[in-house]
Amino acid sequence: MPTPSGRRVVVTGTGVLCALGSNSAECWSALREGRSGIAPIQSVEMTGLRFQNGAEAHGFRAEDHFEASRCDLIDRFAQFAVVAARQAVSEAGLDLSGPARARVAVITGTSMGGQASLDRGFVAIYKEGKPRPHPFTIPLTMYNAGASQISMDLGITGPAFTISTACASATHAIGQAFWMVRSGAVEAALCGGSEAPFSPGILRAWEAMRVVTPDVCRPFSRDRRGLTLGEGGAMLVLEPAERAVARGAKILGEVVGFGMSSDAGHVTQPSVGGPTAAMAAALDDAQIEPALIDYINAHGTGTSANDATETRAIRQFFGAHAEKLAISSTKSMHGHALGASGALEAFATLRALREGVLPPTVSFNEADPKCDLDVIPNVARNRQAEFALSNSFAFGGLNAVLAFRRWA
Amino acid sequence: MDESLAAKVIAEIAAVKRIPLESITIDSTFEELAMDSLDAMNLLFSLEEHFGISIPDEAANSIKDIRSAVARVERILAEKNSAQG
Repeated sequence: MPTPSGRRVVVTGTGVLCALGSNSAECWSALREGRSGIAPIQSVEMTGLRFQNGAEAHGFRAEDHFEASRCDLIDRFAQFAVVAARQAVSEAGLDLSGPARARVAVITGTSMGGQASLDRGFVAIYKEGKPRPHPFTIPLTMYNAGASQISMDLGITGPAFTISTACASATHAIGQAFWMVRSGAVEAALCGGSEAPFSPGILRAWEAMRVVTPDVCRPFSRDRRGLTLGEGGAMLVLEPAERAVARGAKILGEVVGFGMSSDAGHVTQPSVGGPTAAMAAALDDAQIEPALIDYINAHGTGTSANDATETRAIRQFFGAHAEKLAISSTKSMHGHALGASGALEAFATLRALREGVLPPTVSFNEADPKCDLDVIPNVARNRQAEFALSNSFAFGGLNAVLAFRRWA
Repeated sequence: MDESLAAKVIAEIAAVKRIPLESITIDSTFEELAMDSLDAMNLLFSLEEHFGISIPDEAANSIKDIRSAVARVERILAEKNSAQG
């Protein structure tokens, strides 16, 4: 196995907002207490839809964070990205003045970008009979708006781009940023994802796929009926360990590996081989043995197919060690925030390692023989894990896995 | 110049830029009002919506102040009315 040349990479800042809270402290306290943010959707008229629940970021008001004229120009998904980035940079105490700002990367993930703004534009054209949508529709909708708005907001002039791989977007973004910092391509990176899918058109498109539960998301539970959509954003500041230590930064955890694969199979039907290969690649990249992994923050969408297939992949890859793994799906609390999920879950995983508390899979009712792993049902567990994985498996068969280590 | 039309254009600018009406006069230029290209685009869109007109791209590019905006809207409205008449 080739040795990855490069530096150790640590996380020195996290910013997060979602249905569980407006910052990292609020979100973590919900995760450890097993409080779900899933509730009836309020921001969209839901009459006639087969599902009613979502995980909305009710605490978020754009005008608390942006001047009125700027609110018009930034879709909610990019607002989440900017606010999470501000929090992460502030926590990290990252210096973005002078030439340093050219050596910082911004890599964001999103699955649907600003499609809610496009949806409004299409209502204007097709329903209201207007000749054209609002002229800001393009800058609002573009998938890179998160990365662009972060770079403008914080004055970061280094490489900035967006990765869109459906539900794995943020994990791919963090992984790419990790590699860029490790290799020395940049001195620091802001990375993560954001998503704001609550618009009538988008919700109906998800309804039509028949993967959204009419109930609440119950990952790995025998009575699970599908996913619950969520919204939010999370960003991490990554930098070389040596530099973080030298400047006296508080280190929140270490990123040790990143692996990717593609199923090259079905567009929505999950596979065992693809996720297995991505977990193997992440551990190869980290140069650690599978038996060192204590906790997996699962993709765990709550669909019948995903959870059973992910279980088989974990069993196949870890063999007997699968019995010793603790696994949870925090989507049971923050919902499936699509392109933001990987970042919300990276945050949950980092905190779990740091605090010695593994967040639970809530709304769990009944064990499923097809999901026969220790899924930490309903109540968080005090357990000091050393290494953890965070899994993200996207529609389209694109898999991404991050490996983290507790920083002691 | 149609005074009421000018007042409507000024009101649209005040709304788009979120600035007080009193800070805008018929002689204000977009530059003086710190209107960038996006603000100008937003203004033309709201004028199109408000007056039910379509401002062609070439015309849009030449509108740099209130007076030229009012004159253009006036002309398009006049053309529209004569076409209907």
